[in-house]
Order: sequence, then structure tokens, then C-alpha cells
Amino acid sequence: MPATEALRLDRLSVGDLAPVSLTLAPGEILCLSGTSGSGKSRLLRAVADLEPHGGEAWLGETAQSSLAGHAWRARVMLVPAESQWWADTVGEHLPEARRDDLEALGFSPEVCDWQVARLSSGEKQRLALLRALSREPAALLLDEPTANLDDATARRVEAWLCARIRARGWPVIWVAHDPAQIARVADRHRRIVEGRLEEAGAWA
Amino acid sequence: MGVIALAWWQLALAALMVVALAGCTVLARLGMGRRLLVAAARTVIQLGLVGLVLEALFSVARFHWVALMALGMLLIAGREVTARQTRRLRGGWAFGIGTVAMFLSSFTVTVLTLTVIIGPEPWYRPQYAIPLLGMMLGNTMTGVALALDRLTDTAWRQRAVIENRLMLGQRWQEAIGDIRREAMRSGMMPMINAMAAAGVVSLPGMMTGQILAGSPPALAVKYQILVMFTITLGTGFGTLAAVAAGSRRLFDGRERLRLERLSAPRD
Repeated sequence: MPATEALRLDRLSVGDLAPVSLTLAPGEILCLSGTSGSGKSRLLRAVADLEPHGGEAWLGETAQSSLAGHAWRARVMLVPAESQWWADTVGEHLPEARRDDLEALGFSPEVCDWQVARLSSGEKQRLALLRALSREPAALLLDEPTANLDDATARRVEAWLCARIRARGWPVIWVAHDPAQIARVADRHRRIVEGRLEEAGAWA
Repeated sequence: MGVIALAWWQLALAALMVVALAGCTVLARLGMGRRLLVAAARTVIQLGLVGLVLEALFSVARFHWVALMALGMLLIAGREVTARQTRRLRGGWAFGIGTVAMFLSSFTVTVLTLTVIIGPEPWYRPQYAIPLLGMMLGNTMTGVALALDRLTDTAWRQRAVIENRLMLGQRWQEAIGDIRREAMRSGMMPMINAMAAAGVVSLPGMMTGQILAGSPPALAVKYQILVMFTITLGTGFGTLAAVAAGSRRLFDGRERLRLERLSAPRD
């Protein structure tokens, strides 16, 4: 059953960024770009309620402040640029990973027995996406989800992500740098310029 | 059988040997001759003063004086717990959590031991209450300090891991669970090790003292067992309480990790 809830930011403010108000329809991908240090990651952290911020975020009719922190984050899931792993094997982090998802990302089911310590940064990034998506969130915040991947793999991951996003109807904020990728995945594109979100329009 | 009296000049002989050791460390350039001498001088002064206080306390044996002494010991232990942490909770929380945890565990166990098990008359008789509480506080202090230091230091280092776990929708207790367990273990480990090695590797200080003072070894052993059990209880519960409260304070009402509540290390 696809989710049908929109993600709405209502004058959300964090750090030096001017208050942000925007609405994301179910299944809509908003790409966010901007120079490093412009506050993209902090904005995502505020939407996920990982740091103190002003304003409010809404998922459908549910306000961020009306849910406990962990319950909100389980629904509005942030996938950071650098993933962290705490247990020894991959499988302990991925209890309910589906076989077809593993294959779509280029892994065999044996990956669950692998030691986390021997994963490359690209493998970690793909598995972190899988780890987040397998927890069935209701909205996604992706911080440079293909930064550590080669072009071919990036395209493959991108296609898998888009298919899952459309199928589940998740509203998504996707931080990206590559104009070609933004042109491929974005329904809308905003750029952070001097502490403000500006409509960037089509890039390609 | 009485104890052989020690004269001050006999202590001075021992002190002279400490000075000789300090001289050697200076020659070996260990850079701790001064610290050694200061610590030795503190031992003499602090123990001398406490001897005077205990003499006075034993002669009056009034409840409120015993309670006042216990309170003073608790506050000093709380200060010591705070001082031993590299990154401590700001705004008095490090002192507050450490002190309350030690109060809850040490005082409860000491009072229980006095009233239910040993049963001196009256129960707060300072000859029993003060040494017992002193041993409890001394060890609980070590456990609480170790555990809180481990907790805050590990949380600081593993910030990214904790936050990633929060991002996946875990509760704060789950996100910091491993670190919490590690901190509790490191606080309780010294006492467990001490119990395991008691009598085999070392003769515990209190028992040694009692035997030197002329008690039959069998009685000294019973007291030592009692004291080690109560110390373990105090350290264990104190550590559990301190880590539970300390880890809660690392998160806010929205279950966000708030490491800015920790102070930077001084060095």
C-alpha cells in the first residue's frame, strides 16, 4: 500500500538558513543543492528532528512535535552521507532485508554474513540505503546517496531508489551535486544561495 | 593483647624513605618527585586531621554530628567524582548525578548493614558507622567516576554511531544501549576483581588492620566478607543509578543527542 502523506515544512529554521516553508506531495522528489557548508545537511537533520530548530514539520496531518522523537524519525527517515555500523556483521543491521532488493543493489544474500569491517565505502553506502528503506518509513531524507559510487553503480542505485520511491509514494528530499543526476531524478530542484532556498528550475 | 604503639619518630623514618624515593624519581627524571611529596604531605595532614575529628566524634557520639560528618564525606566524594571525568556534564549535573547516586546506594546499604546486620547500640555509633561509610563511599566513588567517565567519553567518540541509530528510528535507550552497558561494566569491574582476588593475591586492608589490632583472624575475615559484600552492593547500585541518570541527560525531551551538554576537557 503506497503511502499518501505529504511532507510539509512550516517555517523550519536551523542555523543560518532563513526559515523554510515547502510542501512535498507523496512520491515527489525535491533535489537540494548548494555549496558545502551552506546548511543542506543541517536542514535534513532538523526535518528529522535531530537538532533543535524553529518551526514545525508535518507528515500528512501529524505534526513532528506531536510524536515522540524516535517515532517521528522512524517515519521521516534520514540516510546520512556517511553511514555508521555498530554490530559486527551486516545481517545484524538488516534483519528484514528482501532478497530482490539485495540483488537490485548488486549483493548476493550471503552479504548478511559479511563482516562490517571489510565493507568498502560504496558497499556501506548501498547497504545503508537498504537498511533505511527496509524499515518501511513514510518519507525519506537522502544526503548525497550516491556520493561514494562509481557512475554505473550510481545509475543503478538511483534507478532502484526512484522505483521504490514511486511505488511507495514517499515524499523525498534528496541532496545532490551532480546536475545530470538532478535532471534525472528531480521533480523539483532548490538551491541554497546565501542562506535561502531558491527555485532552481530545470538544469539540463 | 594490645597494639604496639607507634611514635611520631618511627613514622618519620618511613617518611624519610619516601623522601629518598622522591629523590630517586628526580634523578630518573620521571617528573613526579614533587607530586609524590605533595601527595605524601596530604596523607599526613588529612589523616592527622581526620584522627582529631574522629577522636572528638567518638567522645560525643551524637547523631547530628555523625550525620554532619557523613554529609561532609559525601560532598567531598561528589567533588572527587566530578574531578575524575574528562568530559563532564555541565551545569552541576556531573556533581549532582554522582552525589545523588552515591547517596542513594552508599547510605542505604550502610544504614541497612548497621541496623539489620551488625546492630551496634545505638545504630549510628560512630566507631562502626564512619569507617563503614568511608569504605563504602571510597569504593562507590571509584565505580561511579569510572562509569560516568566511560559513558561521556564513549558517547563523545561515538556521536555519529548514536545519531545514525537515532535516524533509523531507535529509542534513545537503544541507541546508547551498548555504551551504557559498557560504562556500567567498567564501573563494577574493579569490585568484582577485588572479590575474586581477595585473600589469594592480597590481604584486604581492613582485615589486615583488624588483625594488627588484635582481632582473631576468623572474626576479621567475617567482617571483611561483610564489608566486601556491602561495598559491592553500594558500587553496583551506585554505578547503575549514575549511568542511568547520566545517559538520560545526554538526550533531550525529543530524544536528540545533546553533546554540547558536556564540557571540553581541560588539557
